[in-house]
Amino acid sequence: MESPQPIAKLEVAQDPNGQIAPLANTGTSEIADRFFYVAMLSCGLVILVLVGLIVYELMTKSSLSWHAFGLKFFFRSEWDPVNDQFGALPFVYGTIVSSILALVIAVPLAIGVAVFITEMSPRWLKGPLAFTTELLAAIPSVIYGLWAIFVLVPLLRIYLQPWLAAYFGWTGLFDGPPYGIGMLAAGIILAIMVVPIVSSITREVMTAVPRQQREAVLALGATRWEMIRTGVLRNARAGILGGIILGLGRALGETMAVTMVIGNRPEIAKSLFAPGYTMASVIANEFSEATGDLYLSSLIEVGLALFILTIIVNVLAQILVWTVTRGNPARANA
Amino acid sequence: MPETDIAVLHHSAETISIWRRGVNGLATLAAAASVVLVLAPLIAVFGYLIYKGIGSVNWAFLTQTPKPPGETGGGMANAIAGSAAILFIGSLAGVPLGIGAGVYLAEYGQNRMGNVIRFTADVLNGVPSIIIGIVAYSLVVLTQGHFSAFAGGVALAIMMIPTIARTTEEMLLLVPNAVREAAYGLGVSRWRTTLSITLRTATSGVITGVMLAFARVAGETAPLLFTAFGNQFWNWKLNQPTAALPLQIFSYAISPYDDWHRQAWAGALILIVLIVASVSAVRLVAGRGMLKGTS
Repeated sequence: MESPQPIAKLEVAQDPNGQIAPLANTGTSEIADRFFYVAMLSCGLVILVLVGLIVYELMTKSSLSWHAFGLKFFFRSEWDPVNDQFGALPFVYGTIVSSILALVIAVPLAIGVAVFITEMSPRWLKGPLAFTTELLAAIPSVIYGLWAIFVLVPLLRIYLQPWLAAYFGWTGLFDGPPYGIGMLAAGIILAIMVVPIVSSITREVMTAVPRQQREAVLALGATRWEMIRTGVLRNARAGILGGIILGLGRALGETMAVTMVIGNRPEIAKSLFAPGYTMASVIANEFSEATGDLYLSSLIEVGLALFILTIIVNVLAQILVWTVTRGNPARANA
Repeated sequence: MPETDIAVLHHSAETISIWRRGVNGLATLAAAASVVLVLAPLIAVFGYLIYKGIGSVNWAFLTQTPKPPGETGGGMANAIAGSAAILFIGSLAGVPLGIGAGVYLAEYGQNRMGNVIRFTADVLNGVPSIIIGIVAYSLVVLTQGHFSAFAGGVALAIMMIPTIARTTEEMLLLVPNAVREAAYGLGVSRWRTTLSITLRTATSGVITGVMLAFARVAGETAPLLFTAFGNQFWNWKLNQPTAALPLQIFSYAISPYDDWHRQAWAGALILIVLIVASVSAVRLVAGRGMLKGTS
């Protein structure tokens, strides 16, 4: 959209007293306009300053750990505050595995929900369904964590984990005692939190697919599912991928719910029943108790790594979503 | 469309329709099943919140401070008040800055500077809240020398600004240019047009954005862990460690005491009521039409 251009100086008749009419008061408004522009610009610049500060603070405060361990920091698995030995590998592993597990569970569900709402649901049900899935995103992380501790974890321990161990124990992924708490619980609670993000982006890119395309595929004699698969999903796939990556970004940085159920033990285990630890959880748990400069600095370096990881993931997602909805706003076809 | 699909479409209806209808039915069933699977946790969360929480919300819970570990009774009054104070500070800083940045992006931001700020706002939106906590800690807590409600407010403000900026921009861009031009045509200056015409027209949309940002930060726990820090007692000073509802829920949930678990559910119920109320208020406002003046 073109921004409005400032008007040229107005010629307005003077009133009988020889005073300039108030509307033509351009002399003072130029100064006021200038002032207003600068004020709004500085509000915008605050955002740049904030991101700059985040980067600066994370880099300077983590330099101690960086100098002590270098790049090997991310490939060491000792985490021993007593002897000042720090390595972030278990946290990186825990973050990545729990997030991927979350996506494996969430993506099919989220796409299913999006397909149902945009293509199958009766008209009267669309609004309420969209609203309730959005509501899932409004529940705070700490409440998911509370619910997971007292409801989800016992369910896992008593029903799901023995079942998984009996039938899929041979994969090695479901090995060991079923505590309930552990990587699996973290993955499931993350999946619940990621579903609304993936499904709302999927819905958005699906509605951006032109209606004519659907009608054309249907006119060829396709069933509804064939129409959705060939006419809609295939066209929206870049955007859906963007939504999935955006969900990944959310899962990587999620803190509270994961901290409450993952078990918080810096170990790398193949079994999903075993407790783990994530980058965000270790900061949440140990930051305010970190004694010693190297300890604190190591935690901040974990934070810096998490920051860089989420930024890469988010920028990638933005680009993908943008390629689909570009020049074709979702609302136009709703 | 690959050839296989076209081949499928060209088959005669009688021979293949049962198979295709079956697949179609299965796909519909799978989509409906995923809706059920996604709504189940939502219902379970709300159900448990009400079931466990409602019996524990009583006068003592709303008026008393926490009892020492292991003793029953007490409440979260100080945490509710602390949350209110932290959210007030956060909004006081975050809302004007966010709206201002949104005005800049919509009214002056069609240039390289605007694009840079827009991109940076999206980046800031995606930064994990725990990182914001670290930064607020090193900016405010380390400078002041102690945890404080003020530091918590700063962390929440940092989270609100990019969200509000982007929604405000979106809403202002929905205001037709003709409205601005009509104002200029009457000789109204640009700043006055923006404030009294453009922003005024988009008011309900901007409020929606503000409330959504508020609802989002109201439940945030991670950025408060080492800024507001929490407190078991009343605290009226903004530069002292302050209790917050999400923090209290967290520490009670992971505690070993049954009575604290009960209170964690009660606190969670109060928190969710607060959030759902603000989101629904938004729905009501938004339902009346995002904008006056546009269709």
